[in-house]
Amino acid sequence: MKQLQDLQKAIVKSQIWKSIFRVGIPTDNRKRALAMLGNVVLHLHPIKVKKSGLRMSYTWCMGGTAFFLFLVETITGLLLMFYYRPTVEYAYFDMVDLREVAAFGIMRELHRWAAHAMVIAVWLHMFRVFMTGSYKPPREFNWNVGVILLVLTLLLSFTGYLLPWDQLAVWAITVGSNMARATPLLGAEGPGAAFLTLGGEKLIHVGSDARFGLIAGRTIGGGTLIRFYVLHCLGIPFVAACLMAVHFWRVRKDGGISGPV
Amino acid sequence: MTEEKSTPAADNDSPEASEPAVDTSSAKPSPAKKAPAKPPVAKRAASDAEITRRGLFSWAAVAWVGFTAAIGGCMTAFGRFMFPNVLFEPPTSFKVGQPEDFPPGVVDERFKESYGVWIVNNEGQLTALIAICTHLGCPPAWLEAQNKFKCPCHGSGYYKSGINFEGPTPRPLERARISIDPDDGQILVDKAQKYLWEQGQWDDPSSYLEVS
Repeated sequence: MKQLQDLQKAIVKSQIWKSIFRVGIPTDNRKRALAMLGNVVLHLHPIKVKKSGLRMSYTWCMGGTAFFLFLVETITGLLLMFYYRPTVEYAYFDMVDLREVAAFGIMRELHRWAAHAMVIAVWLHMFRVFMTGSYKPPREFNWNVGVILLVLTLLLSFTGYLLPWDQLAVWAITVGSNMARATPLLGAEGPGAAFLTLGGEKLIHVGSDARFGLIAGRTIGGGTLIRFYVLHCLGIPFVAACLMAVHFWRVRKDGGISGPV
Repeated sequence: MTEEKSTPAADNDSPEASEPAVDTSSAKPSPAKKAPAKPPVAKRAASDAEITRRGLFSWAAVAWVGFTAAIGGCMTAFGRFMFPNVLFEPPTSFKVGQPEDFPPGVVDERFKESYGVWIVNNEGQLTALIAICTHLGCPPAWLEAQNKFKCPCHGSGYYKSGINFEGPTPRPLERARISIDPDDGQILVDKAQKYLWEQGQWDDPSSYLEVS
């Protein structure tokens, strides 16, 4: 017993331990706060939380749920990337194999269901924030960040929808991407596009408009698949993660989770 | 150390003139013990003194213009990069055979898969209908038994002529340009040229072929 205590003392007093845990065992409130601030993991959580912030009936925990589902999507998505090949030749069969052949084939199902749940959670979070009036000053900036995050969530859902490369996916993206034809100025059928001409030549046509850039061609094809794959796995998650950091930071700086400031 | 402190002081006294700084730097080498290490320090101090307030602003302007141009150039390149130069899509202009291959009343589906058109012989007119639903862009199917085109996505329906009659679609199917190749007498279809019923373009003789 004595030896064990000595060992513990030796570990706690070692340079390695002290370099990681700089404050030591906190014995008063000041040291507890310092321990939180000095630790990168602990500082993610606020030092003080309002009582209203803990009430499920008030917050619904939908923001936290959405973030949790984003983490689920990140982890399961990373696993799926080890098998899935975004080409016309392999995409569908890799998707089927992920379910039928891969060990823990539930990963694809988890990814799919968590995606649906995340979209629902983000909407409910927005609804709750609206109903509690948490968009009002000083939180109006964070409301806008949240709206962008909502759009990014929907775009993640949209880009991921194509990846199974079955009939439903291809025609859903055909219908969805047709909306880009009506982009103002940049869509071939959008308002203002007809005015963009150079020497009588139309600058914006079906071979140069926003939809063409989005799907890499005039119809959905292999180019669309890889483009949506990159956006789904890298582009949109990166932007979303950056904005989430801003979102959470502002939650703290604007007076904590909801409730009167 | 002492020289570096003394030169900014000279700057403060007369920011426009570089002479005091030069004087101090040229005066400094007199203590002979650290002579080799000194000239670089003295040079830097002298050139610092030459930057005037106006000069700083003009250099900053040049720097900002250059920076903006570089970022703008990069963004243009990134944007252009997303538009491929070569497309591996089927050609928009193609031949489908002799007019006799399409007897009256037929809706030929052979070219739907490869080129996305039906060749329809309807009431003395041979037309190339583009197989894209005018509602949201799905491919309708020709239902022989019901004598109509039907879209599986949202249920839009079209007569054999291509005129819409049910479902959410707001307008008829589109025709592609159709003509006879003078060399071999084959039917030539060009999807790049479309004819829209609602704009009265179906009267255009390039939108159909007269057949008996």
